[in-house]
Amino acid sequence: MGNTPRNLFDKVWEAHRVRELPSGQTQLFIGTHLVHEVTSPQAFAMLRERDLPVRFPGRTFATVDHIIPTDSQVRPLSDELAEAMMTELERNCREHGIELFDAASGSQGIVHVIGPEQGITLPGSTIACGDSHTSTHGAFGAIAFGIGTSQVRDVLATQTLAMSRLKVRRIETTGARGPGVYAKDVTLAIIRQLGVNGGVGYAYEYAGPVLDAMTLEERMTVCNMSIEGGARCGYVNPDETTYEYLRGRPYAPQGEAFERAVEWWRGIASEPGAHYDDRVEVDAAKIAPSVTWGINPGQNIGVDEKVPKINDTPDEERASVAEALEYMELKAGEPIAGTPIDVAFIGSCTNGRISDLREAARVAQKGQVPSGVRALVVPGSARVAREAEAEGLHEVFRAHGFQWREPGCSMCLAMDPDKLQGRGICASSSNRNFKGRQGSPTGRTLLMSPAMVAAAAIHGKVVDVRELL
Amino acid sequence: MARSSIDTVTGRACVLRGDDIDTDRIIPARFMKVVSFDSVGEHAFEDDRLAAKGNHPLDDDRYAGARILVVGKNFGCGSSREHAPQALMRFGFDAFIGASFAEIFAGNCTALGLVCATLPESDLEALMGSVELDPEQEVALDVTARTVRSRAGTVACEIPDGTRQQLLEGTWDATGMLLEGADDVARTAESLPYVGGFAGS
Repeated sequence: MGNTPRNLFDKVWEAHRVRELPSGQTQLFIGTHLVHEVTSPQAFAMLRERDLPVRFPGRTFATVDHIIPTDSQVRPLSDELAEAMMTELERNCREHGIELFDAASGSQGIVHVIGPEQGITLPGSTIACGDSHTSTHGAFGAIAFGIGTSQVRDVLATQTLAMSRLKVRRIETTGARGPGVYAKDVTLAIIRQLGVNGGVGYAYEYAGPVLDAMTLEERMTVCNMSIEGGARCGYVNPDETTYEYLRGRPYAPQGEAFERAVEWWRGIASEPGAHYDDRVEVDAAKIAPSVTWGINPGQNIGVDEKVPKINDTPDEERASVAEALEYMELKAGEPIAGTPIDVAFIGSCTNGRISDLREAARVAQKGQVPSGVRALVVPGSARVAREAEAEGLHEVFRAHGFQWREPGCSMCLAMDPDKLQGRGICASSSNRNFKGRQGSPTGRTLLMSPAMVAAAAIHGKVVDVRELL
Repeated sequence: MARSSIDTVTGRACVLRGDDIDTDRIIPARFMKVVSFDSVGEHAFEDDRLAAKGNHPLDDDRYAGARILVVGKNFGCGSSREHAPQALMRFGFDAFIGASFAEIFAGNCTALGLVCATLPESDLEALMGSVELDPEQEVALDVTARTVRSRAGTVACEIPDGTRQQLLEGTWDATGMLLEGADDVARTAESLPYVGGFAGS
């Protein structure tokens, strides 16, 4: 290492640089490749057409999450298309010697939940997956990003990608987070401040006392939504919180190897005085529990604010605001609190971890889901489900009118039977409020923290969770 | 896979206004329950087109046969699904001209040999206006010269250097190029302590 202080992104990039390509791009080594059933079958088919093997099957891990139903995972799945995708993934994993975390393994779950909980996600590594929320793994100080299916093929065949270097923006979050303000609110506030395309061309380095004090699971929530701000990856420098999280995880180094790993991980973190292409400050003291009112995650406000009026928004945003208001049919100038909901969804790679379920349960037990509201709790993985059940959280949810489901992506993108109906409004702990995202072409999504979703569920409308804590 | 070079895309254009158009809108998730890309073209913008009741640009006869889709800011944001550019390619588009593109979408386009070119907003607005007035005109996106020619004039566009080179050399399918570095890959893998499980030296 030279004397010039460097940031983590630069160090990881250099360590994984294979060579410069004639195109001017870098051939980058991918330490861990995560695979799921939706974006991989065409990639495996292309390998087969070209008679190419998987270059590093031992560095490739697969799970099934997007299409798997959350009511019953017994095979064959009742949806024939889902069953076909499942069978295809099993065949591909078997033929190429790739470990598959399927339901029968007892370790199935959302790809971005199981990588971390199994200790597969490690600091200083590069991680790719055919899923944009791969940025989640950046919480460990990994450089992790989503890729398309042709790139999945490239990684399967070569364990590398042709990439152009990203710029790095350091986002320093200071100030004291108030009660009821969760990691989800911090990430929504960052996207609101920097815009949904503010991060294009950047990796985000999340830093500052607020991030330092967060648990690993909270950091995952923040990094998960980097892509919603346009940043292909986001990371937090590894620290003691990271090492303690990883210690003893099944695929993490064990014993003396773990101590050697910690030493290497310490060296990979950004150094004081490192260069950044941009720096931004965010004041956590100003963040309230947040709710989206529009059709992209940047269109969010504090639960104590009012839905914006077209006339009060900057000229360049007016067309988007008008389109969002028309689709959402929320009244401009009226408080977002009080908006009635039809469905409450707690889960997803953003907020389907044990700490999310604990916070949601704490709120859920203060009321009862009214008739006419459907409330789903979908754990992020089988391991999360077991942990929650051992703590009795499933009983709390059930007793208060929530359905307790099997793990999967579920109503985040509704590729399984969990879907919004018609113009239904869903209070959702997921990551995208795009038009039609939750399975009904005209359905509406209000993104918020899991605790806020639980609060909305028991009141049948958007409420300020701070009143329940 | 040797493919020919792409130095220009010439043909009719179709204007699709709006910023932050995400890949869920380009191809709703329910159409991704497939193990091949064959059927995705039929469902390009399906829900938006249903909602527009025949008034969507992709259903506008004046734009029939367009090869170039002209879009706004941050086109293709959201999900990494390659099904989105696959759907648009299978619908008939070979190039996109916009104010900006989401990164993963742009990368997926390159991998398929689809061109994404960006224009400054005033030039983009002029192009959109011109095509809306005269959709039958020929629009030419010149990858070599990095220009867009329409009846609104010829203006400079941006295509990143690396991407441009891949298009011009016909190397957008990166697998072959990446396989050539096999020895270097093995060396890099060996140099990374986590690949060896942090085994002691």
